[in-house]
Amino acid sequence: MKSNTWTIIKKEFARFFGDRQLLFTTVIMPGLLIYIIYSLMGSGIQSMVTEGQDERVTLGVENMPASLAPLIMTPDNEVVPMTFGEKEIAMLADKDVNMVLVRFPEGFDEQVAAYDPQGDGVVPNVEVYYNSTNNAAMREYMKINGVLGNYARPFTVNVPQNEGQRFDQASEESIGAMIWGKILPMLIMMMLFSGVMAIAPSSIAGEKERGTIATLLVTPMKRNELALGKVVSLSCIALLSGLSSFVGIALSLPKMVAMGDGVDLGFHYTTADYFALLLVILASVLIMSSAVSLLSALAKDVKNAGTMVTPFMLVVMLAGLLPMMQSEVPTGVVTYLIPFYNSIEVMTAVFSHELAWMPVVVTLASNVVYTGIAVWGLTRMFNSEKIMFAR
Amino acid sequence: MEEILKVEGLSKTFTLSRKQQKIERSAARKKVAVDNLSFSAYKGEIFGLLGPNGAGKTTTLRMLSTLIKPDSGDAVLGGSSVVHQPEEVRAKIGFLTSELKLEDFFTPNYLFDFFSELHGVEESKREERKKEMFVRFGIDKFAEVKVANLSTGMKQKLSLVISLVHDPEVIIFDEPTNGLDVLTARTVTDYLQELRAEGKTIILSTHIFSLVERLCDRVGIIIDGRLIACGSLGEVCNGMSIEDRFFEMYKEVKGGEE
Repeated sequence: MKSNTWTIIKKEFARFFGDRQLLFTTVIMPGLLIYIIYSLMGSGIQSMVTEGQDERVTLGVENMPASLAPLIMTPDNEVVPMTFGEKEIAMLADKDVNMVLVRFPEGFDEQVAAYDPQGDGVVPNVEVYYNSTNNAAMREYMKINGVLGNYARPFTVNVPQNEGQRFDQASEESIGAMIWGKILPMLIMMMLFSGVMAIAPSSIAGEKERGTIATLLVTPMKRNELALGKVVSLSCIALLSGLSSFVGIALSLPKMVAMGDGVDLGFHYTTADYFALLLVILASVLIMSSAVSLLSALAKDVKNAGTMVTPFMLVVMLAGLLPMMQSEVPTGVVTYLIPFYNSIEVMTAVFSHELAWMPVVVTLASNVVYTGIAVWGLTRMFNSEKIMFAR
Repeated sequence: MEEILKVEGLSKTFTLSRKQQKIERSAARKKVAVDNLSFSAYKGEIFGLLGPNGAGKTTTLRMLSTLIKPDSGDAVLGGSSVVHQPEEVRAKIGFLTSELKLEDFFTPNYLFDFFSELHGVEESKREERKKEMFVRFGIDKFAEVKVANLSTGMKQKLSLVISLVHDPEVIIFDEPTNGLDVLTARTVTDYLQELRAEGKTIILSTHIFSLVERLCDRVGIIIDGRLIACGSLGEVCNGMSIEDRFFEMYKEVKGGEE
């Protein structure tokens, strides 16, 4: 009577999709929230970069050296030779004042020429007063810093000599892929996990706590049908929740990682990549729902389940950090037999355009086996009066 | 008389926590809840297990309904063993106790269909039975109200109806009138008598003497997990009221201890 499994799945779906609030908080909200937050952060960064770009800055310069005058003067600033003191510097505290003050030591050019790095003469020092909360002033400060940094250096590095000359030989696309490969696997795992956390404890520990599981246990249904029905339905719902978060990330991350030229953050993945990704996400969701279900069945109530799952979640997050620390995707079969870690590695490979099918197949197969073991374990727990009826 | 339930040497022991050991001033780690219980019930009768709180009544019924497993002994219910064929047993019984709850989120209508499906009841039969039972217990007016919003009495009536979706041969009922108001209690006891008239067997547990007198054909008296007497009401009472007879037996059992 496998149809009992289906009856349980239908009930779990009816419970979930019938509850608009639950549906909203687990499926719609995560994606929406991520999209809104990331987009806001992205546009925030953008505006920080662009704000004050067309504002002119007054540059007060004391003792302007002849050698630097042409370099310091730009269309964005108005250079005013002046002598300034404490009073003028204090004026900069007002962030609306577009002004930067530069003080060169007297006879700067001579001092620099006379300075011997090996000797013990005085190092000439330039003072630049600015207000870092004023974007225009900040930009001017950085420009002056650059000019001073290159002062008297007889060469430049990586200044494009013609239109479109690039020095980094990685393709724009592959840089994007590398960024995705480092960030997305962990984000996806966390999203899937939080989806599982939102529903599995209340579906199993909650039913135990509310005494509704006992009502199920006195029906002729086999315990393994109940276990399978729970794990499958929870996996489906978690998948939906994870998918929503994923869409939110995919749509907003390009805005968030506004790194300018040289990086293409579009998704350039093939159907095979997406297919592999789907398989791995499925495998991850199965193992997560199984593990959280097992812990929830052991727990006395929903709260207790939450406490029990937390350390486990930390381990999954740590596994998610590994791709950021390693340079190569591992190739041994054994790696892909380790639950959670295998999902992360396969996802990293997919996002970095290094998809190979052996890891995908091993990951999927091993996770299905682990899920089978978990369903067996859950069946045992449903059968155990100590676990089901302990208070 | 057709024997439908045969309980033989049923025993159940629980492990005590250290704190509980202190409370009971006992060095024993184990507490025998049900001790070598044997009795039979026949088709078309109401059999009552009468005993004080903590005597082992509920534990016995939970073993009969396969929620917990006996440490030793067995019970054969309609030809199926609670130890070896628990699924078959569950298909034959309707078990009702206050510890079995219904999910607040669903409506009576949904739950009836859901549990019918788990019991493999055909759809046409299910609809017919649902209509009949809902009208019988006045649930029809609340069929689409979530369980969370039902009154306590209505919830209990619904639990009763749900436990009987599959029209079982044997009904196991733990403290059938506990927590019910007089009207609901009456509806339930009337219904139990109706079921008996249909040829169903009802096993119930109670500590209420009047309930035994009014309902039960046969009674088993259980004290400290042991069956002290078992038989028809007349046999057990021996001309006395069930209440007097019970206290007489209680003194005999407990007399030596206190």
